[in-house]
Amino acid sequence: MLRYLLEKEFKQFFRNPFLPRLVVIFPLTALLIFPLAANFDIENINLSVVDQDKSPFSKSLVQKIQASGYFRISNVSSNFQQALASVESDESDIILEIPPNFEKNLVREMRASLMISANAVNGVKGGLGTAYLSGIISDFNTNIRMQLTQNYNRLKVPNLEILPLYKYNPQLLYEVFMVPALMVMVLAMVCGFLPALNIVNEKEQGTLEQMNVTPVSKFTLILSKLLPYWVFGYVVLTVCIGVALFVWGLLPLGNLAVIYLFVTLFVLGFSGFGLVVSNYAANTQQAMFMIFFFVLSFIFLSGLYTPVANMPDWAQLISNISPLKYIIEVLRMVYLKGSGVQDLLPQLVALVGFATFFNGWAVLSYRKRG
Amino acid sequence: MNPIIVSDVYKKYGKVQALEGVSFEVEKGEIFGIIGPDGAGKTTLFRILTTLLIPDSGEALIDGHHVVNHYKTIRNMVGYMPGRFSLYQDLSVEENLKVFATIFDTTIQENYHLIKDIYQQLEPFKTRRAGALSGGMKQKLALCCALIHKPAILFLDEPTTGVDPVSRKEFWEMLKKLRDQGITILVSTPYMDEASMCDRIALIQGGNFLKIETPTNIREQFKKILWSVQSSRMFPLLKDLRKYHIVKTSFAFGDTHHVTIDQSGEDYVSDQLTMDYLRRYLEDKGHTEIMIQPIKATIEDCFMELSH
Repeated sequence: MLRYLLEKEFKQFFRNPFLPRLVVIFPLTALLIFPLAANFDIENINLSVVDQDKSPFSKSLVQKIQASGYFRISNVSSNFQQALASVESDESDIILEIPPNFEKNLVREMRASLMISANAVNGVKGGLGTAYLSGIISDFNTNIRMQLTQNYNRLKVPNLEILPLYKYNPQLLYEVFMVPALMVMVLAMVCGFLPALNIVNEKEQGTLEQMNVTPVSKFTLILSKLLPYWVFGYVVLTVCIGVALFVWGLLPLGNLAVIYLFVTLFVLGFSGFGLVVSNYAANTQQAMFMIFFFVLSFIFLSGLYTPVANMPDWAQLISNISPLKYIIEVLRMVYLKGSGVQDLLPQLVALVGFATFFNGWAVLSYRKRG
Repeated sequence: MNPIIVSDVYKKYGKVQALEGVSFEVEKGEIFGIIGPDGAGKTTLFRILTTLLIPDSGEALIDGHHVVNHYKTIRNMVGYMPGRFSLYQDLSVEENLKVFATIFDTTIQENYHLIKDIYQQLEPFKTRRAGALSGGMKQKLALCCALIHKPAILFLDEPTTGVDPVSRKEFWEMLKKLRDQGITILVSTPYMDEASMCDRIALIQGGNFLKIETPTNIREQFKKILWSVQSSRMFPLLKDLRKYHIVKTSFAFGDTHHVTIDQSGEDYVSDQLTMDYLRRYLEDKGHTEIMIQPIKATIEDCFMELSH
């Protein structure tokens, strides 16, 4: 009987004008386009320069900034008011004000001030831009000091240089970090949402009730709903791994079998979550809304965009209830660090826990309503 | 033992009492109609009898099996057609039928004789998706799907709602054929005119059975004087009739009004005289083309009478 029900589910799935395309297009879009679009490296920051000094020093500073590649001089103003106006009209993001007598003060008194004002409406751009700019200025500062001190006497200036060594992702490539995590998103959609919406849809159509007045057991019925999506989940995962390899050149350092093992656990848990939603939702609208609410929370707490360690303590605590957090950790660790099962025991325990919890809840809430 | 035995069933949804102590029995090979307006509790009763809902109290036995304890046995032997079309809209006519045959562990061929008459009308459309069928065709397909496993008892919840009059008539003819093959049929409908198609009916309102009888007996038990009244201005007529002191009730029935007359008061002398008085009263109110005729009660009259 299960075989026949599965046949029916597959038939319905492929007959749907929308779903089969979604299952193909969604992972491709997610893996091909999102890593490019959701890039936090900031380039082309529009800088407004207010150079009231017009000295060789100030000119060489501006040149240095321009040469860094991060900034585009959008506007050169003669006073701060004008520069501010260009920020207000969104022409510039950051103002660098070089006061009169900048060079004179620097040479004579060995100190001079500059002012950086950033538009913080886009906090990331403002913050990162200021940081980049400060870096360039301090670099400039070191050079000047070297030049000036060399002229007086050849006193050695103690200098501290920091050379960061980026482990596991040497070039700090954003896509290396994002691609494994985006795979999880795609899996969550295919294995969690789709079966939940499918069941709610049968509820809405009344077919679920019609099925309940037949000898088909509830277990068989639900299994016939979940199995096809598990299959699609593996297909999608394999497609994702392929895209990661051929498009982004990413091959997991660790064992692929570890990925499939953990994904199986995650999919079990997340489809259980989908079942819980389908038990409480009376129609597709409610189900969509519930899923949207929970999944948004899960994503924000998962460390997909913001590292969990950067969150405030309370948020870090709550992030423990996001199943996405663990599976994203697993994929990143297997992909980038080559971790094996023994390194991933906490995640293993957590995912088994989620699978038990959600499926247990699904069974209980189904009974209550059945 | 009768195939359906219901005794003192109660069901409450929150504060709404959907069923208030319903008891009845349906005999084998009988079409038993549950007649009542929307919200009377018909669907609740069907859902309890088809094991989809657990009653708060009371007992229901389907072919001797308890609806709560032996729901699995019951699900194997009854056919249920819910009020709303509940088949797979994205599967074709034939595929839907096959789904229901397969899950009952039978084949279309095995019980084809049961559905032959109905299915023949559907056959030209057998590759069409169920969602694209007309209302009448959908009902026929739903009936086929409910019959394909040769159920002993058929539950039809408002099968003719939203179906055109010709299809409705055909549908009842089919039910009679099925009954003649020994299938017990419990059917509900809000249409009083369909009551006469049933062998016995129960009038239900507000979760209570008002009466269980054969349609003929119900009509014969109507003892009041019943007249149909018409005039050129029907709406003011209804108001004027209700104001007249010996008119007990007055309801609009299609193009006439049905009135019952209070026989107990001193003003009632004889039918003929009272009719004349009524005519004169209406003429005074300015009505013309007045027609007053004694009529035989319909099921709807009985329902109105019982529910007031």
